[in-house]
Amino acid sequence: MRILTVMLVLLLAGCAAAPNDDEVSARALKILKASFSERGQAKLDRLDQDETQKLCSAAPVSKDAAVHIEKVNAALIVYPKDGRLMGDWREGEKIAQSGIGKQYSDDPKRPAGGNCYACHQVSKQEISFGTIGPSLYNYGKLRGASEAVQRYTYGKIYNAQAYSACSNMPRFGHNGVLTEQQIKHLVALLLDPASPANQ
Amino acid sequence: MADPMRIRVAARDGTVNVKILMSHEMESGQRKDSAGKIVPAHFIRNVTATHQGKSVLLAQWGPAISKNPFLEFSFKGGQKGDKITVTWEDNTGDTRTDETTIN
Amino acid sequence: MIRRRMAAAMLAAGAIFGASAQSSPEAEIAKYREQLADGNPAELWEVRGEALWKQKRGSKNVSLESCDLGKGTGVVKGAYAELPRYFADTDRVMDLETRLVHCMVTQQGFKEADITTRPFGEGSRRSDLEALSAWIASESQGVRMNAPMNHAKEIESYRIGEKMFHFRGGPHDFACATCHGESGKRIRLQDLPNLSERKDAQRAYTTWPAYRVSQGEVRTMQWRLNDCFRQQRFPELKFGSEASIALTSYLAGNARDGEYAGPAIKR
Repeated sequence: MRILTVMLVLLLAGCAAAPNDDEVSARALKILKASFSERGQAKLDRLDQDETQKLCSAAPVSKDAAVHIEKVNAALIVYPKDGRLMGDWREGEKIAQSGIGKQYSDDPKRPAGGNCYACHQVSKQEISFGTIGPSLYNYGKLRGASEAVQRYTYGKIYNAQAYSACSNMPRFGHNGVLTEQQIKHLVALLLDPASPANQ
Repeated sequence: MADPMRIRVAARDGTVNVKILMSHEMESGQRKDSAGKIVPAHFIRNVTATHQGKSVLLAQWGPAISKNPFLEFSFKGGQKGDKITVTWEDNTGDTRTDETTIN
Repeated sequence: MIRRRMAAAMLAAGAIFGASAQSSPEAEIAKYREQLADGNPAELWEVRGEALWKQKRGSKNVSLESCDLGKGTGVVKGAYAELPRYFADTDRVMDLETRLVHCMVTQQGFKEADITTRPFGEGSRRSDLEALSAWIASESQGVRMNAPMNHAKEIESYRIGEKMFHFRGGPHDFACATCHGESGKRIRLQDLPNLSERKDAQRAYTTWPAYRVSQGEVRTMQWRLNDCFRQQRFPELKFGSEASIALTSYLAGNARDGEYAGPAIKR
């Protein structure tokens, strides 16, 4: 009987002590921050989340949260002051192929790439492409290159979450990974009729 | 003294299959380090294998062979209890010999 | 033998040039991997690791045969399959590498900083931890992954690992889940296991440690996590940190019952 009582007490104590979801989240965050050291250009402030990252870490998000995230991020898109949204597709292809930038092993002086081929198909020739994102082959051929399409494309690369809450795609412009000029080159890669993406 | 090789030998109907795993940097001499300097060439030049003291394989290697190379070959006429010896020599003059018995 | 290899190589070449009617690039890469598996250089690390385990070392001149990896003093067979786990003597959950460091420091008298400052081998600098991990893991070949999930701290470690797996951060907004949260995806031509799902987690977790051909070294889970975070544009994951153990707990938990097949060989 005594053994049973002791076991019951232990069991109840165990149940009472099991942390709820919020407590686990809070502990996880604390442990995470203590588990990293800064190195190279990667400082510890990279572990500070903005509202979007915080919300998107608790998957899946509610419909209301998704609408909110898209609204917040849409307001963060900064379009080029000169109103021109397309650059040179040849430069765009180089940026799409380059996977460097922002890692602590990277030279911060070198321009970052978009690493588009990591997740997307773009040209027909490049068979080494990922499937995390949809194929962008014939992207321009299918949509044309109207002002509206250019604006959408620029915005999507600048801040993908303006259109798709918690998208896996990095917010290249908003997070300062790619420059305005680089994004223009990528828009051209996708929309220019001469680009290999549209052949 | 260079690291030991791993030699596995299997005999079946008089045909002996030999698998050798060698521990070696196999530096081609064409790579540059982060400072831009050439990493010096350091690779196995030749490999010899003997069966009961008689040569059964002679290989001449160069910088194209990869790091920690794996070599597999077969020869006829060996049987259980026979001794297999493998020797490699590299471009710095370093050498390594290991032996095993066909089981 | 040579003819078969040539045929396979030609098939692979055919796939790359888009001429394959029979097989996807992934299938050809799988064939190539199968051929590579014979003569896995990881064996060289295993031999070195076994010697390091049995050798009297450190200021106390003791061998690691006095180390308890969770299944009893000196018991190595099957130990890797039951890690990470809670250890009463340290009152925390530990993975293989943190447990090894613990034994090397407390029993052999090594200084922790000496072992963990540069734990991964590079060029002529060898890592004892990688060799030991390779051998210890090899002693679990064929065993079903069974990291215990009974102690409150073991359960908590898994839950914390799960939270971290979904943590979005850094300039790329990446989480582990960004690449490893969906099935059937690949990055460039590298298949991505969905680590939140049983089958993929089993397949992935049972092949580490592994000889990475591109590294020319045997790499462990600690290295894999460290290198993932580098590519996620995070700061550097500390070796043996609580986060690294929690994520390994999460992975090990999801990989339960998978048959251990390492050390493997990977690109």
